[in-house]
Amino acid sequence: MSATTAEADRSTETTESTWQTLRRGLALSPELRTGLAGTLALALVYMVGRVAVPVAVQRGIDHGIVGGLDLNVISLTVAITAGVLVVTTACGYLMMRRLFTVSETALAGVRTRAFRHVHDLSMLHQQSERRGSLVSRVTSDVDQITQFLQWGGVILIVNLGQLLVTTAVMLAYSWQLTLVVLVAFAPAVVVARQLQRRLAGAYGLVRQRTGTLLGAIGESVVGAPVIRAYGIAGRTARRLDTAIDGQRVAQQRAIRISIMGSSVGELAAGLALAGVVVVGVSLGVDRTLSVGQLTAFLFLVTLFIQPVQIATEVLNEAQNAIAGWRRVLDVLDVSPDVADPGEQGRELPPGPLDARFAGVTFAYPGGPPVLHDVTLDIPAKSRVAVVGETGSGKTTFAKLLTRLMDPTEGAVLLSGVDLRQVRFDSLRSRVVMVPQDGFLFDATVGENVRFARPDLTDERLTAAFGELGLADWLDGLPSGLDTPVGERGEALSVGERQLVALARAYVADPDLLVLDEATSAVDPATEVRLQRTLDAVTRGRTTLAIAHRLSTAQAADEVIVVDRGRIVQRGPHDELVRDTDSVYALLYASWLEQTR
Amino acid sequence: MLGRAIREQPRIFAVAVSGSVLFGLLVIASAYVAGGVVGKVVVPAVERGEVARGTLALAAAALLGISVLRVVGIFGRRLGAGYMQYRLQAAYRRRVTRRYLELPLAWHHRNSTGTLLSNANSDVEAAWYPIAPLPFAVGTLVMLVGAVASLFVTDWALALVGLAVFPALFALNVVYSRRMAPRQARAQRLRAEVSGIAHESFDGALVVKTMGREAQETARFAARAGELRDALISVGRLRGVFDPMLETLPSLGTLAVLVVGAIRLRQGAITVTELVSVAFLFTVLAFPVRAIGWVLAELPRSVAGWDRVRRVLDATGEMPYGTRTLDPATRTPATLAFHDVHFAYEPAEAHLPGAQVLGEVTFTVPAGKTVALVGPTGSGKSTIASLAVRLVDPGAGRVTLDGVDVRELTAASLAGTVALVAQVPFVFDDTVRANIALDRAGIGDDEVWAALRLAEADGFVAALPDGLDTMVGERGTSLSGGQRQRLTLARALAGRPRLLVLDDATSAVDPRVEAAILAGLRAPADGGGPASILVVAYRRATIALADEVIYVEQGRVVARGAHTELLATVPGYADLVTAYEQAEQEREQKQTYDEVTPLASGLEVER
Repeated sequence: MSATTAEADRSTETTESTWQTLRRGLALSPELRTGLAGTLALALVYMVGRVAVPVAVQRGIDHGIVGGLDLNVISLTVAITAGVLVVTTACGYLMMRRLFTVSETALAGVRTRAFRHVHDLSMLHQQSERRGSLVSRVTSDVDQITQFLQWGGVILIVNLGQLLVTTAVMLAYSWQLTLVVLVAFAPAVVVARQLQRRLAGAYGLVRQRTGTLLGAIGESVVGAPVIRAYGIAGRTARRLDTAIDGQRVAQQRAIRISIMGSSVGELAAGLALAGVVVVGVSLGVDRTLSVGQLTAFLFLVTLFIQPVQIATEVLNEAQNAIAGWRRVLDVLDVSPDVADPGEQGRELPPGPLDARFAGVTFAYPGGPPVLHDVTLDIPAKSRVAVVGETGSGKTTFAKLLTRLMDPTEGAVLLSGVDLRQVRFDSLRSRVVMVPQDGFLFDATVGENVRFARPDLTDERLTAAFGELGLADWLDGLPSGLDTPVGERGEALSVGERQLVALARAYVADPDLLVLDEATSAVDPATEVRLQRTLDAVTRGRTTLAIAHRLSTAQAADEVIVVDRGRIVQRGPHDELVRDTDSVYALLYASWLEQTR
Repeated sequence: MLGRAIREQPRIFAVAVSGSVLFGLLVIASAYVAGGVVGKVVVPAVERGEVARGTLALAAAALLGISVLRVVGIFGRRLGAGYMQYRLQAAYRRRVTRRYLELPLAWHHRNSTGTLLSNANSDVEAAWYPIAPLPFAVGTLVMLVGAVASLFVTDWALALVGLAVFPALFALNVVYSRRMAPRQARAQRLRAEVSGIAHESFDGALVVKTMGREAQETARFAARAGELRDALISVGRLRGVFDPMLETLPSLGTLAVLVVGAIRLRQGAITVTELVSVAFLFTVLAFPVRAIGWVLAELPRSVAGWDRVRRVLDATGEMPYGTRTLDPATRTPATLAFHDVHFAYEPAEAHLPGAQVLGEVTFTVPAGKTVALVGPTGSGKSTIASLAVRLVDPGAGRVTLDGVDVRELTAASLAGTVALVAQVPFVFDDTVRANIALDRAGIGDDEVWAALRLAEADGFVAALPDGLDTMVGERGTSLSGGQRQRLTLARALAGRPRLLVLDDATSAVDPRVEAAILAGLRAPADGGGPASILVVAYRRATIALADEVIYVEQGRVVARGAHTELLATVPGYADLVTAYEQAEQEREQKQTYDEVTPLASGLEVER
């Protein structure tokens, strides 16, 4: 009982804001209004075609059959109606053509804008959403709207129009009979509304159970080795069966409610037909209604019932589409909190860059500070390594320096310019970060390296690999630069992916390089090769490396040791290890233990 | 497909078809009742100027009665069809997922996770989706035949109109579906591509952002989104052409009935009742005939889905378990032996040779000993680990436990004897307790805690909000990599295996903890049985704990012996395990050289 109430509450909530969503959506895509009046006018004409037949039947019977057969009248009526039908059919075509062209164009625009917007959001925003759900915003959510518009939307428009036009014609014939029809349908409408709410809840349950089922199937597929190794196929099968049956039961419940909806419409139609005949005959006897009009009414009632029957289903789809639209709009409404200053922004001064953290404090929204009042100077062309335990705040340095995030207090400056004032195109071309997982796109090695510099020739790329000491590795690939790396680069090993990511950063030729070292285990030989490449990439540039391997720290000009959000030690490696009780010395001892 | 559906759910199919036929016949009946009411009740009443109450009540009752019966038909048809569809879907999901559990891992490796997910979900759904409207189609067919028959009974001239209109409507529908199918397929393909770009681009968001490539990525996405838009517009235009035509055709039929009917009326061949009945019939038949078109449009999708489902159901290569058991009373460590084992991954396409992964692998893990498996990335270490616990079977050669070929052991005996802890920890979306016990007999809370202690995981589990009842996994508390690794380790230990296989499973664990774990396994403090251990390792600290080292390169055992021995005699081994030291020495030499030259004063040359 309480569940039903909760569902009802939720659907009331959504109906309340449906108009707001539509308004927001229209404001965002004003092109949706293009020619809307014309399209609606065409739809109205199209609708006239639906009542043309009952009207023709009425005129034919009243003027050509009852009280003397007159073939000429019938032929003329039929000829005129046929002409009307040709015109309305043409209008139907034009209406749909306009509707689909405008809506698909507008929605493709929304899709693209949402895509760009997701990229413009700060890293924090991107990571606070599950990645799959961000993808849904520009795929399934928009698909839901276009699919609805192509099917349910047209049905909704046509049926609403049909309801209006049918009612108008009925009123023209007899207000008494119209009243009879409306009275017969009134309870059906009330019940249908109730059912539609329950149906929304039922479909919600189906979606939820489908999610559970997908989770269970995914687990049985991804966990196949564990299931086999522990001989727990029986247990897994039981879990799957529970999820499969759970979904089936929910689906069956939904269809029962949906059938009740159409049954109610059907019964209302029977009631209306019986009522029309009974009242109509009395009116006919009084000569206030002709035989033709009464017959036409029987036709009109069947036209009237269709929209009511379809309404429960289509309205439900409409709610889904609106919900999808709302989710897309919600993403677009999030304003990027780390924004490009754009035209007003400044360029970074030419030449080597130095970096300065001036009294920087940083806290994640709603969290305690991870960096406390940090001040640090990194001279131009020096190589600095930041080390510390997991959770010490060391990766925050990299994110602040590349302006993936802004400091909560204080400022980060590059050659004296506050990062917040630097235009993104200047910043991104001068400061490059190599992230931990060295993500590769599903393209060739060459295309991945060329990512930031599409203008580079193959010769230049080959030369770059040579400069990094990777010429033999490149030669060893099946098709050299044209070797495909596979989805997420998975055709290459973890170490190889990192090599490509480093080459990509190298050809971008930044003045400040920020490295977030990978933690994933590669064999020691690969690791040493990575280290050598790293040395080549960083030569002659200002470099800040978040070091997980202390061999990086050993090679750096200066090591910054971070502990609980503060810099606790700094200096060259050799000096820092001398103090055997220091944080760094302990880290180094543990590192040695792991590698020897 | 239809035959299969009937065979599997005969009763429900019968209900659905009967309901559908009942509905179809009632639709025809309703037309004749409506005609009868007009001709026999309304016209006489109006002509005579008085109401015959009895007949009027009968007419009203007939109209209402038909509605009630139609509701019965609707219930039978839709409930039957829906239940049938959902039951078939559930039954096939069960069968497909059973196959997943039965088929060997080699088969799993050949299919991506995404494919297997959609086989069990959307493909099954697509295969049975058109089943729901099929009884309706059968009912509609009966209805059409009945309608034409009733037309012939009424009047041959009107029947001819029907024979012209209904087949035309059907033909138009078929043409529509045929022309729509490729457009829909194109739109579907483009949808997948747009989704693929979004997935990849958002996955690489950090790279896109830090290299400032947002505009280029958006252009790439917009180009494909534009193609999708054009495809959808083309779908919409086709709809715009056919939908109104399909709508208008029955109306034109009704108009033809008016003209032809009037002529026949003048000839005295039919009555007003019959004329109105037939006109009404054309109106009510229009919708069901159109609905058949929707079924036809879905059929190609269904066939494609069914083909993919069949591929799973017909896949072969199960790994049947044997019938032998190892003595359950023995709590002594097991002996593992590889005898000339070869292994190749099955090729992606049948005519290609498979990739040879292992060849002539022979070694033994003696009872109670710890053996370290060392080798460069891709040398086949993980494959050896998988073979040892029979996740895969060798192409040639034998793997034995206490002298018994693992292929001859029952599933329970095998699972009770060996345990594998994989490189990448896998945690079920369940409680900590369920993740460790896995419903295995004899593992209660005490055993779970003991295993957690041994894996040095008791501390963080005790600190979790709900202890053993804390939900972990995809939607639960997020654990760190090291914590997940220790949970899976505890899972393996809880079963008290006699052979433990660790596939680089302690990389995220502190070396000291690792040493403690390994020591605890070899000589359990609580009096439980000790275990033999096969451990894949890189760390020298781990290797040092082993009684013997097996060094593999490119799928072959290159050397075996004690660590110090291999270090002295096998250059490849020495290179691998001492890579760090070598790199450091090089650097030190280089640094010394670099620093000495500019600083001729020698002040800093203290090393």
